Amino acid sequence: MQMTVAEAIIKFLQEEGVDIIFGYPGGSVIGFYDALYDSSLKHVLVRHEQGAAHAADGYARSTGKVGVCVATSGPGATNLVTGIATAYMDSIPLIAITGQVKTSALGKDSFQEVDTQGITMPITKHNYLLKNPNDALKVFKEAFYIATTGRKGPVLIDVPTDVFASKINYSYPTKIDLLGYKPNYDPHPMQLKKVVKLIKEAEKPVILAGGGVIGSEASKELLTFAEKINAPVVITLMGKGAISEDHDLYCGFVGMHGPAYANYTINDSDLVIAIGVRFSDRSTGKVETFAPNAKIVHIDIDPAEIGKNVVPYIPIVADAKRALEKLIEMVEPKQNPMWWEKIKDWKERYPLKYRWSDGEIKPQYVVEKIYEKTKGDAIVVTEVGQNQMWAAQYYKVKRPRQFITSGGLGTMGFGFPAAIGAQMGNRDKIVIDIAGDGSIQMNIQELATASAEKLPIKIFILNNSCLGMVRQWQELFYNKKYACTLFDVAPDFEKLAEAYGAYSRKVTRAEELEETIEWALNINNAPVIVDIKVAKEENVFPMIPAGGSIDKMMID
Amino acid sequence: MQHTLSLLVENKPGVLARIAGLFSRRGYNIESLAVNTTEVPNLSRITLVVLGDERVLEQITKQAYKLIEVVKVNDFTGVPMVERELALIKVKSDASTRRAIIDLVEIFRANIVDVSDKDLIIEITGDSEKIDAFKKNLEPYGIKEMVRTGKIVMERGMNLNNNK
Repeated sequence: MQMTVAEAIIKFLQEEGVDIIFGYPGGSVIGFYDALYDSSLKHVLVRHEQGAAHAADGYARSTGKVGVCVATSGPGATNLVTGIATAYMDSIPLIAITGQVKTSALGKDSFQEVDTQGITMPITKHNYLLKNPNDALKVFKEAFYIATTGRKGPVLIDVPTDVFASKINYSYPTKIDLLGYKPNYDPHPMQLKKVVKLIKEAEKPVILAGGGVIGSEASKELLTFAEKINAPVVITLMGKGAISEDHDLYCGFVGMHGPAYANYTINDSDLVIAIGVRFSDRSTGKVETFAPNAKIVHIDIDPAEIGKNVVPYIPIVADAKRALEKLIEMVEPKQNPMWWEKIKDWKERYPLKYRWSDGEIKPQYVVEKIYEKTKGDAIVVTEVGQNQMWAAQYYKVKRPRQFITSGGLGTMGFGFPAAIGAQMGNRDKIVIDIAGDGSIQMNIQELATASAEKLPIKIFILNNSCLGMVRQWQELFYNKKYACTLFDVAPDFEKLAEAYGAYSRKVTRAEELEETIEWALNINNAPVIVDIKVAKEENVFPMIPAGGSIDKMMID
Repeated sequence: MQHTLSLLVENKPGVLARIAGLFSRRGYNIESLAVNTTEVPNLSRITLVVLGDERVLEQITKQAYKLIEVVKVNDFTGVPMVERELALIKVKSDASTRRAIIDLVEIFRANIVDVSDKDLIIEITGDSEKIDAFKKNLEPYGIKEMVRTGKIVMERGMNLNNNK
């Protein structure tokens, strides 16, 4: 069937199972939008391209499907960059389609021309400049395959205007032939045998689960495995949701702001079975003193992660799910009562805590109340900073894909547009953005998108009138010199919400909180902002300072 | 420690930029680089000399493999191989020094490829050490210009150590 490349791309997207794309039109993608207009593919018009990338990312994280975003050439493409980098750091499958100036104008500094392929090379798993119209379908098929297999990640396709307009014959490509891309999913049996032996010998085993467990849909297997060997499960921030936090085996998230008992558990263990983690500096602290007495088994789909930050005792390159399936078969059941006694003692002695003070609202209390009122069932998206850490500490999730946060890149402004993507993919669920007054202003324009789509996203702003996390570091490590972190002027979020057609209320007293949360949860036809005045100088604790070891932990 | 890596890559636009970008952002220094076509159409060979210990090299190799267009990475360290570089050297030379330089050229089995009343251009191929030694011998006469390719390597057919 003859059609333009633009039409073929849309037909391909639909055959590939894409039911929604996020984008913003512009000169170089008019041809694409012209074809989109005549199709049944749902498009969400964002108000800034960064919003499109984060929304596609939030859609992907919350549904497990690939997210797709579209932008025009030049500034459209550069506005996607932060969103693509965010997805890359957290291994999220994303397809970014960008327009480009016509092929004959390439390299001439034409209007709205940038080297999109060059700019996005280090932040994509792979990228293409589609110069030959006849390669279009092959390239798109490869792009989806690369984005969704192995270690997942974003793939960008840059399409010049004349290529969009070229006529080609459509046939859905089924064959993929990538000489240099053959991800390995199956664990090496010999290595697994060694792990089984280590587990048998271990007295203090711990499982460290990361985003890879969620990416490979291995939560069920993780739980079965952990139960079989009676091992505590600690997670990384990206692993939140890999195991239900109500489960007895769950022992918190490790790292800079993890509960003390989580860090004590991994630090004291004699065997760390790390699955789908990359040992980021925020999780390990000082690498040299990380789990000093433990043999480390590292299971990851990406061979380059093994030995990059931590040298493992046993490396296993494999898909988390397949490795766990095999381990469940091979391993002997065991109990570790002495070990659990120790862990229970830590849990009792060092629970997460904060001090109540009359006349102020503590941000931790807000998250606790949101948790209670949503029965722990909402999809929780966060911005970045203190709000993110309190959300991670006090909102206990039950299932994978329920907690959505920018872990690796730490992108302020991620939360709200990601919540739009999450709500688009989960219309029947309550989607919450736990925000700070700094982060929310970074993509506040997306209120228009959420209003237009009638998305009842609940934005809870933990408003402390400052950039709380940086302020905290200034307080603790920079002699309380609050350089550029205290906001003198803040928008009236109620009026802002009203201007965008959203609901809003302010909360200034703790007594008003529960009722206001209930009010917000009952709104179902538009976004809602709850602006909560919280204690300004509240800090996130525990805290292990950057690059520090566990003995440097400040508990409160 | 110096390592010679040979990367077999798909011959697509931007592949060299991907490799150069990867090396620079991960902080690996490239000492020498040669890019060429191979006996297989669509495949190119990139030969790199890099510095680093075992762990760095393992990371370089794995990171290179992550590039979709990289098909094969070979580390030639400790492997019996033929290695060659080519250099063109323009050296000052008049009637009084010409004979001595020609003697050097013969000893090193190099070639004189251009002659003028003031200088000679000499072509030499060999491993890095040979070219370094030749250059050192020419230095007293005055080297006006030198162009040198990156290293290319090939594994020897007969491996006498049989350590592979």
